[in-house]
Amino acid sequence: MAIGVTNAPEKSKSSGSIINDPQVRGIFYQAITIVILAVLVYWIVDNTVENLRRANIASGYGFLNSRAGFDVGQSLIAFTSDSSYGRALVVGFVNTLLVAITGIVTATIIGFLVGIGRLSHNWIIAKLSLAYVEVFRNIPPLLVIFFWYSGVLAILPQARDALALPLDVYVSNRGVAFPRPIFGDGAQYTLFAIIIAVVASFAFARYARQRQEATGQRLPVLWTVLGLLIGLPLITFLATGAPLTFDVPIAGKFNLTGGSVVGPEFMSLFLALSFYTAAFIAEIVRAGIRGISKGQTEAAHALGIRPRLTTRLVVVPQAMRIIIPPLTSQYLNLTKNSSLAVAVGYADLVAVGGTILNQTGQSIEVVSIWLIVYLTLSLATSLFMNWYNARMALVER
Amino acid sequence: MSTHQTSFVRASMIEASPAPALETGIALWLRKNLFATPKDTVMTIISLLILAWLVPPAIQWLFIDAAWTGGGRGVCATLAQGGSQPEGWSGACWAFVNAKLGQFIFGRYPLDERWRPALVGILFVLFLVPMLIPKIPYKGLNAVLLLVVLPIIATILLPGGWLGLTYVETPLWGGLMVTLALSFVGIAVSLPLGILLALGRRSNMPVIKMLCTVFIEMVRGVPLITVLFMASVMLPLFLPQGVTFDKFLRALIGVSLFASAYMAEVVRGGLQAIPKGQYEGADSLGLSFWQKMNLIILPQALKLVIPGIVNTFIGLFKDTSLVSIIGMFDLLGIVRLNFTDTNWASAVTPLTGLIFAGFIFWLFCFGMSRYSGFMERVLDRSQR
Repeated sequence: MAIGVTNAPEKSKSSGSIINDPQVRGIFYQAITIVILAVLVYWIVDNTVENLRRANIASGYGFLNSRAGFDVGQSLIAFTSDSSYGRALVVGFVNTLLVAITGIVTATIIGFLVGIGRLSHNWIIAKLSLAYVEVFRNIPPLLVIFFWYSGVLAILPQARDALALPLDVYVSNRGVAFPRPIFGDGAQYTLFAIIIAVVASFAFARYARQRQEATGQRLPVLWTVLGLLIGLPLITFLATGAPLTFDVPIAGKFNLTGGSVVGPEFMSLFLALSFYTAAFIAEIVRAGIRGISKGQTEAAHALGIRPRLTTRLVVVPQAMRIIIPPLTSQYLNLTKNSSLAVAVGYADLVAVGGTILNQTGQSIEVVSIWLIVYLTLSLATSLFMNWYNARMALVER
Repeated sequence: MSTHQTSFVRASMIEASPAPALETGIALWLRKNLFATPKDTVMTIISLLILAWLVPPAIQWLFIDAAWTGGGRGVCATLAQGGSQPEGWSGACWAFVNAKLGQFIFGRYPLDERWRPALVGILFVLFLVPMLIPKIPYKGLNAVLLLVVLPIIATILLPGGWLGLTYVETPLWGGLMVTLALSFVGIAVSLPLGILLALGRRSNMPVIKMLCTVFIEMVRGVPLITVLFMASVMLPLFLPQGVTFDKFLRALIGVSLFASAYMAEVVRGGLQAIPKGQYEGADSLGLSFWQKMNLIILPQALKLVIPGIVNTFIGLFKDTSLVSIIGMFDLLGIVRLNFTDTNWASAVTPLTGLIFAGFIFWLFCFGMSRYSGFMERVLDRSQR
């Protein structure tokens, strides 16, 4: 039968029975999938409506405006038990961002150090880095959180005989207390000075690069930028009369008073996420640097470029192209892992949501808020990734 | 120059003189690896100082000062805390782990019935080990034993309730047994499901493609905790009144679905790496879609992404510890539950228990990653 249609290839698709036509089959399968899915969704919605009616739960997001009635241990924005559920969720979201951002910064620093350490010629540094990676990569992050929370931080001394560190920092089983800066009148001018310095630094660096490309002459960028960033705010600060005092924690009879306190919940979550994610970042960094062929370094040396400049101008820019995409997904993982906060009672988005869910029974609404927030974060990350990849992709002739 | 005469030619070679002492043996190694440059020397000394500061106290704490035997918290507490240890003592409380080992493995499974999970465990090892050694034949039969026969035996033996076995409800299960059961089922379900999802995402049919993409991106975008919350809070809402799901089963579903989304992305990476010619070659041979996938594409694609697959397995294994948050007692959960045992509560008990649990998790994960490295080398060799 196939021979019969060799002269008319454009008709070959519809040859034979209609059952064998891939297009017809595709439409058929998809139609079946849609029907099954629709029935399933209808069944689920029907059951849910029935169950909600039986449990007397009003659906909708109206509950967000009612009084929360619970307290949040640590919050960056004002929150009392009289605030609304909506505000509680905002507090949770801010706390998630706080632990994610601090964790990302620390994990990146540790990860890059360990990753570079793994490639070190120094045997002991390489082995120590390897041991770090193999230990932390193979232990559940939740266990590391508990390790810090109930293994280490819980057996620190009581608050009244807290360990005193330099700069008025006290460590106890209630967390870390440190002096809280209090800004007086005129402090905003220092802030303006910092912003002006940053903008001016960028402008100067841009001008210097354009000048170098045009004339080949180099300007002292580093020193100028340092001078701008440190000098300008400092002069403003002193000129406005140094409007800054510190609220220093004082060891009282039973407790520390004053200062800012970071609770053990935050500390254990922050330490665990940083150490755990750093192990993965280290492997990414190692793979990125190893991915640059030796020929690149050798060629740079052959051109007479010094080793330090070779690293800065040849190896790192190319390695970053390999490192950044998996690095962003590790950042996203850290952000998602911050939801483990619920295990130690740090009030992040999931922990606050869980409390609300237990109090109100609005499970669908709470879960949908979780989904929207985390999906927005990951979509934003992947948008950034696509933009970065497009920007950094090899421009080949 | 022609007048030049050679008056002496040496007939034998000079005995090679020994290399300078610094260029051989351990001295060379030390110089090259530890003291190559001044910066290296400084780094080495700092590292050695850190090691000297960390390792001896750790060994002291873990082994020398540790309380190995004893029947209660007394051996792990100082005199002031109501124990028998001298003031200022601190050491690991292995007696606690020793006393609770049965619970750490089986959870609160009734003592008389523990032979059932033990038997399943032995069968698991018996079926798994030959599966992992490439040289042993009859892989097909072995796979059937491991993936079909063993689950059937386990579903008969573990809950019981028939064949004269007493019924053991899942809230009593716990410890390593739950961790292993969750991971085993998660792995066995997520790999095929992940492959299907990956194929679906690359499908030409827009509806299938969209459904798979939405599922994968949704699940990958949220933390496992929320998926577990969904499985434990929302699943009962979706089902008709009176139909209840076992908590263990709900956790199983949550973990498996979560892992399969990640698996799908790994497999998709492998599918994308296969050159188009392979697909076209299979088409030109007249193979059907499933023949093409099973015989040509998947064997190559999966081989390419073994490291990624095993990494997902390791991630799944570690993630099973999260079920302790929704009130199940896996290894980590049961260890933490025992911190509250008044008979054993002391300052060092939590740390000891967590170190023990961490070591067990580490052993399994490290073993898996080592095995994946070994497998990569085996498959790589066979390709040449």
